[in-house]
Amino acid sequence: MYSTTTLIIGAGQCGLAMSFELSKRSIDHLVLDAGCAGESWHSRRWDSLRLLTPNWMNTLAGQTHGPEDPDGFVTARKFASEFDNWVVRHAPPLYTNTSVSSLSRLGDGYIAETNRGPIRCQSVVIATGACARPKVPAFAQAISHRIEQFSPITYRGPLELRSGGVLVVGASASGLQIAQELAQSGRKVTLAVGSHGRLPRTYRDADILQWMDLARVFDEPFTKVNDLERARRTPSLPLIGTPERDDLNLDVLQARGVELVGRMMDIRDGKAQFSGGLFNAVSSADLKMNRLLDRIDTWINDHGFEGMVAPPRRFAPTAVPSDPRLAIDLSEFDAVIWATGFNPDHRFVQIPVFDRKGRIQHHGGVVEHGLYVMGLPFLRTSRSVHIDGATRDAKALARQISIQLDQSLAA
Amino acid sequence: MNVTTQMTPVNNGVNVEALISARDALTEMPAAAEFTWRAECEWLNGVHSRSTVKGFYGLGEEHQHAETFTFDADHPACFAAEDKGATPVEIVLSALASCLCAGVASVAQNRGIQLHSVVAKVEGDMSLYGILGIDPDVRNGFKGIRVAFDIDADASKDEIAAVVAQSQKRSAVFDIITNPGNVRVSVS
Repeated sequence: MYSTTTLIIGAGQCGLAMSFELSKRSIDHLVLDAGCAGESWHSRRWDSLRLLTPNWMNTLAGQTHGPEDPDGFVTARKFASEFDNWVVRHAPPLYTNTSVSSLSRLGDGYIAETNRGPIRCQSVVIATGACARPKVPAFAQAISHRIEQFSPITYRGPLELRSGGVLVVGASASGLQIAQELAQSGRKVTLAVGSHGRLPRTYRDADILQWMDLARVFDEPFTKVNDLERARRTPSLPLIGTPERDDLNLDVLQARGVELVGRMMDIRDGKAQFSGGLFNAVSSADLKMNRLLDRIDTWINDHGFEGMVAPPRRFAPTAVPSDPRLAIDLSEFDAVIWATGFNPDHRFVQIPVFDRKGRIQHHGGVVEHGLYVMGLPFLRTSRSVHIDGATRDAKALARQISIQLDQSLAA
Repeated sequence: MNVTTQMTPVNNGVNVEALISARDALTEMPAAAEFTWRAECEWLNGVHSRSTVKGFYGLGEEHQHAETFTFDADHPACFAAEDKGATPVEIVLSALASCLCAGVASVAQNRGIQLHSVVAKVEGDMSLYGILGIDPDVRNGFKGIRVAFDIDADASKDEIAAVVAQSQKRSAVFDIITNPGNVRVSVS
């Protein structure tokens, strides 16, 4: 039987960042991945995808700068190769093609059952990612086999879809980006829009994420958040990374011929049903964007940058169709794309640490003494799902792991 | 000149502390959060009926309202009726406005915004071609509903808009009207 001190399950940016931190502390550990390092970036991203964070935010552990131009947006494919380079450079104790079928408590530690046999350890870091399983609504079962269904994980590009109409469900980053790509390929696209966000790509001469970083929007710790539950539900940043720094929002999509409808609620008698609440969803996003711009303007003013950058501006409210359709016969569509969010896949964890909705309960990534989780939305800050957020969280949790191990030794 | 700002506690008549502690308590007790609301409607004559609202179930037990409420519904003279009450669809519009107003007051209280006046004007457009069966492509219900709020409060325009947006997000009647739901009617 293999045994190690700390077992890291998952070799994405989080798992590797943790390996890096534990190596610095000389804590014996093993990293497992069902595929290779950065597997999701290699095989679970669509062809044209670029990261929506500029490269200065895309640093892996131990890197001072990300791939290519710091202000550019690396392609997912190029970013995947960064993982290969990282593994060559740092030689982490990594077992690839090793999947964990169960994780249970054993004595003072844990035991993981894997396809290489059982592995015993004193502590475990679960770093299998937040986007393992697409969150597809139950009513999707009512869709006939004639219609192809995809998630952002299985979608590859417009060429893989038949030529007919496409219903894209969800208007966060994935839904917006896929809807745009499909509309540009000449398809008739309908986009179902629930609660979502809106951000300009650039504002006052800088990338919006540069300002958000400076104004410390990403730095509020989980212990200080008013409604953590809500913060953890906030969808991905509604942006696209392109060399031209294009905006991507509902107005841009409507100009490309995309039809907007409300949140998809159900399927009845072969018809997709949409909420009549589209107008409020859209105005809420506009209001929220304006609050963020207010905060940025205040920061710029307070720090004396007024006059050195373009003056404040407010964007026109999003145009909403006056009479969005509430029901559409599914015969209008040849494909449905469920960009309705993701759930992590923690089903292998055979330890009672889940809440009533099946989510792992944790305090800033600490599940219990010896069990840690990483890479979930707002794990410790809103950076936790950013690439460079992994490094910060790994530092904080490695400290906890190290304290725990010291205590075990003393006991 | 010496300017002092006097802080007066916001009072919209909503006990937000009670609502927030209820939210915290119910998070731990999902069963107690299950409510059943009831109304009983009796036909009187013609298209005139009277609904009575008395009891409801929630927090694990039966409750009674402080008093029994009744609502008459009828139709106006142009429908060849006696107009002894609002039409059912007007009651729906009233319910939407009441629900949103309650939300505005609660959200404003929670955000420390003092309200001075709130008026919601609601309009719903309907073609009688639906209910009269003239055209099967015309729906019975509203084609669209417009709610116009006129709010006087100690807050900026955007803050007020955000309160109204949040009140829609948390409104039961807004959800009932904008989203499909199952209705099963039985006869004893």
